[in-house]
Amino acid sequence: MKYVIAIFQPDRLNDVMARLEQKEIHLVTVTNVMGRGRQKGVAAVYRSHKEAGSLLRKVKIEIAVNDEYLQQTIDAIVAGAHSGEIGDGKIFVLSLEECVRIRTSETGSVAIG
Amino acid sequence: MSELRRGLRPALRLGAAIAVLLAASPAAAQDGGIDKGDTAWVLVSSALVLLMTPALAFFYGGLVRRKNVLSILMQCFLCLSLMTILWVMFGFSLAFAPDALGGLVGGGDYFFLRGVTFEPWGSTTIPGQLFMVFQGMFAIITPALMVGAFAERMKFSAICLFMGLWLLLVYCPVAHWVWGGAGGFFGLGGDGALDFAGGTVVHINAGVSALVASLLLGRRQGYPTSTSPPHNLPFAVLGTGLLWFGWFGFNAGSALAANEQAVNAFVTTHVATAAAALVWGGLDWMRHKRPTLLGVITGAVSGLVAITPACGFVSPLGAICVGGGASLVAYFAVVKLKPRLGYDDSLDVFGVHGVAGIWGAIATGLWATSASPNSTVDGLFYGNPAQVLIQLKAVAFTIVWAAVVSFVLLKVIDLVLGLRVGEHEERIGLDLTEHREVAYTLVD
Repeated sequence: MKYVIAIFQPDRLNDVMARLEQKEIHLVTVTNVMGRGRQKGVAAVYRSHKEAGSLLRKVKIEIAVNDEYLQQTIDAIVAGAHSGEIGDGKIFVLSLEECVRIRTSETGSVAIG
Repeated sequence: MSELRRGLRPALRLGAAIAVLLAASPAAAQDGGIDKGDTAWVLVSSALVLLMTPALAFFYGGLVRRKNVLSILMQCFLCLSLMTILWVMFGFSLAFAPDALGGLVGGGDYFFLRGVTFEPWGSTTIPGQLFMVFQGMFAIITPALMVGAFAERMKFSAICLFMGLWLLLVYCPVAHWVWGGAGGFFGLGGDGALDFAGGTVVHINAGVSALVASLLLGRRQGYPTSTSPPHNLPFAVLGTGLLWFGWFGFNAGSALAANEQAVNAFVTTHVATAAAALVWGGLDWMRHKRPTLLGVITGAVSGLVAITPACGFVSPLGAICVGGGASLVAYFAVVKLKPRLGYDDSLDVFGVHGVAGIWGAIATGLWATSASPNSTVDGLFYGNPAQVLIQLKAVAFTIVWAAVVSFVLLKVIDLVLGLRVGEHEERIGLDLTEHREVAYTLVD
């Protein structure tokens, strides 16, 4: 079992969700987050003072998958979030030790799907 | 100052002067009785001016960080309540009773509203109680304007004490000099200084005191890099819209009658504000390649401030110049002057109210025209350069009084209570540390 965390541009969320849907990956948790990468954000003007870039809005999705679904999950996220511009985001993959379905108390791979 | 306001002292004290004024404004003469139309308009205007303080609360509240929004709203509501009670007990009398201390303030004749009746006030056609409550709304918003200068770092207890004393020791004397019929050395209104609705009394007074407060308090932690962005610009826009709306009561209501002068003040107020909003937006567009919303609403408020002393005396075309000029000078103050001098006037009370207020007072001496309804005074551009000097004197008196008395008050309060919250409290935010509340929740 793997735990996939992807952080990317908020305007790409609908594209990523559509791609995941196509691969029949339905279970996703989405959060609004703030962050910045090497691009350091966009300068804003408040009351006519130009201010250096600060943290930017990003979106974070988290998906638990069985190993055989890992590659298509990653492919779907990349396809949806890729623009080729700086700041497209990152995907992190972690090993997942355990998963419990609260309704039935099932555990392991069967509990993920 | 409107002629109606000039005749405010009780008839016994004014003698011959009032007879002249009555002859000059026939509308006011009607048997010396109450006029229903005038009374209705000033009643509505009083409610409009009241609305400006909650509007200001949202204008300022939207511009601070989310951890301090309630403290701003609370400070504005403090003014709504505390200033009302002080006004009824002492303030109205100090501003509008016959001279005491050689004209420095009004005396105690109207303490606790003794002698303030439902009979026509002075040479007006509205009841004395209505004049009192209309003026009371001005006494509420003027100290509230200063909230923006010491936002995000001043102790609430110190604010209560400062605001209350400021009303009685700064606002009331200046209101007395300009509108209260002060004689002698302080008689700015008697000198012929024009301040239709409060450019000196309200805006210069609050703006200069705000600058003094921000200098004495010192900068916020992290200023200027991490005190931005505003946490809710739509609140600030809502507040500005309601301020614009309420300002019609402030300015057109200051005619104290439903007459041509009120209409002129209404039109010039509206036109100047529009011009000022356009100019600030244009400046941003040129300098930063984008017109910003915060720039446009800041311009609008600068225009409202600047037209306040002028609205009853200038033409609509003059108002465009007053409003457009207001954005130019306030823009300079906010964008150039403040960073250069390094003071942290959090929400630009001095830049917007002080500087645009000074501009408005001077501009009144430039564009005033006797062609305006019920107006007899011309400014520089209509052949009377002396008016500019009279305006400058009123500006200078107000600046000196506001700066000196505010400085002393704040120094004394600093010794007694301390002005500033602790470093930890400032970091956590005033909502939680001063008021034990938070504005927004993250979970249900």
